[in-house]
Amino acid sequence: MAPSSDGPPASYLRTLDCVHCGLCLPHCPTHQVLRIEADSPRGRIYLMRALAEGRVDDAEAIRPFLDRCLDCRACETACPSGVRYGEILEDTRATLERARPKRGVAAWLTRTLLWHVVARQRRLRFLFWWLRVFEVLGLQRLATALRLLPAHVATLAPPVPPARERRPLRTGLHRPAEGTEVRGRVALFTGCVMEPLFGRVNRATLDLLLANGFEVDVVAAQRCCGALLVHAGQPDRARQLAAANVRAFRDADVVINNAAGCGCALKEYGHLLGTDEGRRFAAKCRDICEFLAHEGLTATPRPFHGRLVYDDPCHLCHGQGVRSAPRELLRQVPGVELVEAEHSADCCGSAGIYNLLQPELAAAIGERKAAEIRACAPAAIATGNPGCMMQIDSHMHRSGHSVPVRHPVEFLLPPP
Amino acid sequence: MAIERDLTRALGPERVLHTRDALLAWECDGFTVLKSRPRAVVLPESTTEVQAVLRLLHAAAVPFVPRGAGTCLSGGPTAGADAVVVDCSRMRRVLHVSTVDRIATVQPGVVNLDLTAAVSDHDLHYAPDPSSQSVCTIGGNLAENSGGPHCFKYGMTTDHVLAATVVCPDGSLAHLGDPAGPRSPHGLDVLGVFCGSEGTFGIATEITVRLCRNPPEVRTLLASFASMSSACRAVGDIVAAGLVPAALEILDQATIRAVEASVYRAGYPENAAAVLLVELDGPHEVVGEEAAEITAFFRKNGALQSEEATTPDERKRLWKGRKGAFGAMGRIDTDLYVLDGVVPRTRLEEALTKITEIGRRHGVTLSNVFHAGDGNLHPNISFDGRDPDATARTIAAGHEILQLCVELGGSITGEHGVGGEKLDHVPLMFDDDDLEVMARVRRAFDPDGRCNPGKVLPQRHACAEVAKWPQMTAEVLGEGAAEGGQ
Repeated sequence: MAPSSDGPPASYLRTLDCVHCGLCLPHCPTHQVLRIEADSPRGRIYLMRALAEGRVDDAEAIRPFLDRCLDCRACETACPSGVRYGEILEDTRATLERARPKRGVAAWLTRTLLWHVVARQRRLRFLFWWLRVFEVLGLQRLATALRLLPAHVATLAPPVPPARERRPLRTGLHRPAEGTEVRGRVALFTGCVMEPLFGRVNRATLDLLLANGFEVDVVAAQRCCGALLVHAGQPDRARQLAAANVRAFRDADVVINNAAGCGCALKEYGHLLGTDEGRRFAAKCRDICEFLAHEGLTATPRPFHGRLVYDDPCHLCHGQGVRSAPRELLRQVPGVELVEAEHSADCCGSAGIYNLLQPELAAAIGERKAAEIRACAPAAIATGNPGCMMQIDSHMHRSGHSVPVRHPVEFLLPPP
Repeated sequence: MAIERDLTRALGPERVLHTRDALLAWECDGFTVLKSRPRAVVLPESTTEVQAVLRLLHAAAVPFVPRGAGTCLSGGPTAGADAVVVDCSRMRRVLHVSTVDRIATVQPGVVNLDLTAAVSDHDLHYAPDPSSQSVCTIGGNLAENSGGPHCFKYGMTTDHVLAATVVCPDGSLAHLGDPAGPRSPHGLDVLGVFCGSEGTFGIATEITVRLCRNPPEVRTLLASFASMSSACRAVGDIVAAGLVPAALEILDQATIRAVEASVYRAGYPENAAAVLLVELDGPHEVVGEEAAEITAFFRKNGALQSEEATTPDERKRLWKGRKGAFGAMGRIDTDLYVLDGVVPRTRLEEALTKITEIGRRHGVTLSNVFHAGDGNLHPNISFDGRDPDATARTIAAGHEILQLCVELGGSITGEHGVGGEKLDHVPLMFDDDDLEVMARVRRAFDPDGRCNPGKVLPQRHACAEVAKWPQMTAEVLGEGAAEGGQ
C-alpha cells in the first residue's frame, strides 16, 4: 500500500477480510489474560473498522484497547481469512497519532527517545555510557529507592555490559580466515539496541558467518530499522530511516539481521515505503537462522550438553514465518537436547517497549511464558530477539530459576 | 446511569464497561447482519458475582444478555441498546474433575477444547466439538445445545450435560440435574429444557459434563468426488449399511478452494466437486473392517481418489480444513451468512440441488460445508454487508432455503439456534399453540421477560414490553431487506 496522508483506505479494506469467526481469540496473549472482547484481535479489528467508518465518537475511548495490543501477530498465523492485522493496527495507530498525538510524560519521552536517541547510534552509545556509569556507581538503585525511577523499569532494564562488550563492530568488509572456502558475501544489519546491550550477539553473528565461509560487509551508513517508530504510530519518521537503509544496502545481494523485530520491519519496507526500491530491499533481507538453515552449516558448533528450550520470537514466527530454521540449526549442536515448551509461539510480553508502557500486562504475560519454560527444566534458553532475551531473562530470574538466555547464534559458533 | 454505578461498585471499574465507543466490540457475534450496541458489559468471575449482578439488574428492571465467546451464528448474544451483557469469558476455571466417575464441573467460560486439554492426561475428552471448539465456551454450548462433527455418533451437548447450577433472572439459585447422572428419571427433566434455551432462562454458572474415554483407534478417511450427488449417495450408502462413523462431513468445491487458500490448508483436491471426510473410532479390528466397507462405498460411487490418515498429525491436517472452513470464507466476501437447516439424510441430494437453484435465482454466492451424517446443512452465503441490496438478497435466499428444509421434512436449525436470526422462520415449524406453550415455559423461568429478550420466540409470544427485536432487525436491514425477508 502506498502511504497516504488522508486516512488509511487500504488498511480499512483489510478490516473487511474479517468475518468475525473468532478463531484468533485463543492465540491472543492479551485476550488470554484479560478475556475482554475489545482486547482481542476480533474486537480490535471491529473497533478499527468502526473508527474508519466514522462510527466512533471519541477515538480516545478505544485507544487503550489498541495500545494494549502487543502487535505480536499471533492472530495472523491463526486467521483462516488471511487478515493482515499488523498493517491495520500500524496504520490505525499512525492515523490516531497524527490526529491527536498522545499526551503525558511517558508518551513525550517515548517519542523523544525513539527519534532523537534510539534512531541515532552515537547518541544511543552515549546514553548507554551514562547508564553504565550510573550502574557502576549504584545510582540506579538509589533512584529506585528514592522513587525517581519506577520499579518496573529498574527490574526490566538489564545490566549494561562493560565497554568492551558494547564496542561496535568494525565497519567494512570482513573476510573468513585463511583456508576457509568462501561461499559468498553478505551484508550485516547490526540494529540499534543489539549493539550496546548484546554486542556479543553481533560479534557471534559475524564470527558464525565467517566460520561458515561468508564474507561479511558491515555497512557503515546503516540506521535503526524504524520498527519501534512504526509501532508507536510514527511511520513518517520510520520512512526516513527506511530510505536511508535502502540506500546504504544498495549494493548488497543479501542483508542478514539477527533481531526478529528488526528483521520483520526490514521485510516490510515494501509496505512502509510503497516503492519498488523498498520491495526489492525487503526481498533480500534474511534472518540469520533462516539464511544459515538454507545454506547449511559447514562449521560444526561447539558441543552443548543439556536441555535447551528454543522460544519463538513473535516477529520471527508470526511476522516472518520462520519456525523450523532455528530448530533445525540448534539440533546440529553436538550433545544438545532440544525441548519444546508449551505455547512456544506465544508472545513473552516484551514486544518492543511494551513492557515499559504496559508493565502490568507485560508482567502477567511474561510470567506465563516463564512458567511454561520452567516446566521444561532447561539448562539454557535460546531466542532470537533482544527484547525477548531481556524479558525472558528477567522473568526467569524473578521466579528464581535463572538460566542463561542466549541468541541461537551463540550456540552455533564452532570451538575457537 | 445508576445501574452502571451499582454494577461498578459490585465488580470494580475494570470489569464493568460502559463507554459507548468501547461497547462497539460487543455489537455482534458470528451473525454480523444483526448489530446492536449494549448498554454495558459486565465480567463476573463467580456464581456469587453473577447473582449480585442479576439481583441489581432485577431491582432496576434492566434486561440482560448472557454471552460466552461470541462465536454464536444466530445473533443469540447480541444485546439490545437497553440491555446489559453478562460476559462469562472470565469464568474460566475447571472446578472439579473425577476420572473415576468420568465427569468434570466447569465454569461457563471454560473453552470447549481447553476442557479436553485439561483431562487429556487421563485419556479422556469432552465429545461435542463445534467447529469453533478452540474458542467457544461450555456455557455457550449448553445455551445453544451445540453440536459438531462428532455428534453424529456421540450426540449433542444435551447428551453430555449432567447438571448445572443456574442463576435465575432474579438472582436466585437453582440446581438442575444430578451430577451423578444419568439425567434423572425422577421428576421433570428441567435441565433438558434449559439446555438449548439460548440464554433466555438464566445463566448457568457451574456445569457438570460427562467425559468420554479416548477411543483406542481413530482413522480418518477422505474421498473426493466429481459431483456433489455422488458424495451424497456415498453418505446414504454408509448410513443405510448401519455404519455409525464418528463423523461424516462434506465440503463442496467453493469451500475447498477457500480453505486451500488459507492457513488451514489441508491438501483437499481442488478439482473435486466435493470431498467427504469420514472418521472412524473404536477397537482396532472394528475400525479396520469399517474402513474397508466405507472404502468400497467410495469406489461404488465413483470416488476420484481417497486417502487415509492414521497418524495424529495427518488426521489433524485433514480436520484442520474442516474446522477453519467458516473463517476461510472471509476470502470470498466481507460478510458471511451461515445457515443451519436440517433435511432427512435421504433427501440430501435433492436439497442441495434445490439450494443451488435458489442461490442462482437470488444471485448470491453460495458454498456448502455440512454434517452429512445428520443431514445438517450449512449453506454459506458470502456477501458484502455494506451493500443493502446484496444483504436483502442474502436474507431472502436464506429464508427460502430454510423454507425448503422444512418442506423436505427437516428443520430450520440443527445446532446454531434461532437467536435473533430465525425469528421469522420459527412459524414455518410451529403454530400458535406450540409457541404459546414454549412462551409459558419461558415465563416460568423469566416472568419479567428480561433474560435475553426478543430472541427465540417471535414477538407475539415473547414478553411484549421488552421484545424490540423485529423492529431492530428492520432498522438494521433496511426496508428492502424486511420485504425480502417476508
